[in-house]
Amino acid sequence: MCLAIPGKVTETFTKGGMRMGRVQFGGVSREACLEYVPETQTGDYVLVHVGFAISRVNEEEARRTYQALLELNQLTELDVPEVVEPGAFGQRGRA
Amino acid sequence: MKYLDEYRDGKIASRIVDEIRRIQTKPWVIMEVCGGQTHSIVKNGVDYLLPKGIELVHGPGCPVCVTPLEMIDKAHAIARRPDVIFCSFGDMLRVPGSAGDLFSIKSEGGDVRVVYSPLDCLKLARANPDKKVVFFAVGFETTAPANAMLVSKAKQDGVNNVSILVSHVMVPPSIAAILQSPQNRVQGFLGPGHVCAIMGYREYEPMSARFKVPIVITGFEPLDILQGTLMVVRQLEEGRAEVENEYSRILDRDGNRPAQKLVASVFEIADRKWRGVGSIPKSGYKLRWEYRDYDAEKIFSVKEIDTHEPEICISGRILRGIKKPHDCPAFGTICTPQHPLGATMVSAEGACAAYYTYGRHLESKREELEAMASLGGAA
Repeated sequence: MCLAIPGKVTETFTKGGMRMGRVQFGGVSREACLEYVPETQTGDYVLVHVGFAISRVNEEEARRTYQALLELNQLTELDVPEVVEPGAFGQRGRA
Repeated sequence: MKYLDEYRDGKIASRIVDEIRRIQTKPWVIMEVCGGQTHSIVKNGVDYLLPKGIELVHGPGCPVCVTPLEMIDKAHAIARRPDVIFCSFGDMLRVPGSAGDLFSIKSEGGDVRVVYSPLDCLKLARANPDKKVVFFAVGFETTAPANAMLVSKAKQDGVNNVSILVSHVMVPPSIAAILQSPQNRVQGFLGPGHVCAIMGYREYEPMSARFKVPIVITGFEPLDILQGTLMVVRQLEEGRAEVENEYSRILDRDGNRPAQKLVASVFEIADRKWRGVGSIPKSGYKLRWEYRDYDAEKIFSVKEIDTHEPEICISGRILRGIKKPHDCPAFGTICTPQHPLGATMVSAEGACAAYYTYGRHLESKREELEAMASLGGAA
């Protein structure tokens, strides 16, 4: 449960006073809080744990770690749908 | 410094194993702390690749496993209430309490939901102002910053219908408890990589010096574990006891400062009970007084619930490296992942569940692993 999943930041934005981003993990995209890795930019790879980026990594490391987690069946948390806020249109979840 | 360039290369694995064999002069017992490491070791048979005399024992680092039964019963008492939306990570839902699991409460009509992130609870609270949203805040230091942010944001934004049921534990006090036990066998540790991505490894240094024990912060991939083991064995053989970092491609000595800062502002250190082990002083977090209005235990008056664990289960000794899963007569017979008796069987990251999942309760699997080991290990 303490393992973090690497993904690519596809956009960054501010929401509710928090620095947030969209992170792509394989075919799945999730919103992630970037407050703990504030220097993160679009195009960076980050390790994300329960919706929070905790560390930046390089692309090669991201690819390898993702593959290792896949083999350990540790990506199932990405199957949980995102909670959509009232008034939001649609849901950008699993591709 | 980068210790390995190609982490998945069998030749590299062979080379590391050969190097361990070359420098090893006596048997050593090494504990991997993190449940993710345990899972990876058992799945990939890393323990069988190692030379005879290097024994890996499996530590307490599975947060789902060590969440005490009474916290699960408290979660159930809260989740049953009609005014509550009870949220949790998926792996906590299957853990049985004294009477069924959280799934069974959902089937009885309770509003129990799996969330991806603690921040989802903030969205649910805003969308359901007539309900009380409660999050089961379980985890080690890796998860604490996420839960701290939920509470901090709720307070800042004046969202008053959200709270957390805190069962947060920390790795260093559990290592200290293992080392202080008169039955201790562990001589070196593979430290938890992603926990240290948050906390760094500064706090492990006084412990390593005090107990004269090597601690190597290690990743969870098979080659990380082999490399971390080599670094521990090298220290043991040379009579050194230091903290080293095998996982420098992910973390440094200081860890994630912004995360540490928010955790310290929301939580304070408290005594915590560990399933299978009992109470360990100053081994976890509780909410600071300023955040008492977000403490589900207070809000729903469940502090008094106290549950005892089945006595047949030896998970406490497994979590401290004194026993292995197959030392237990219940393992794979009356205790299985479908009907777990205790801590190490309740989650895929627990030692017993990992042994069971990868067939180690079967004679044929053990023979296969031993044949692999006798061929000299790494393929």
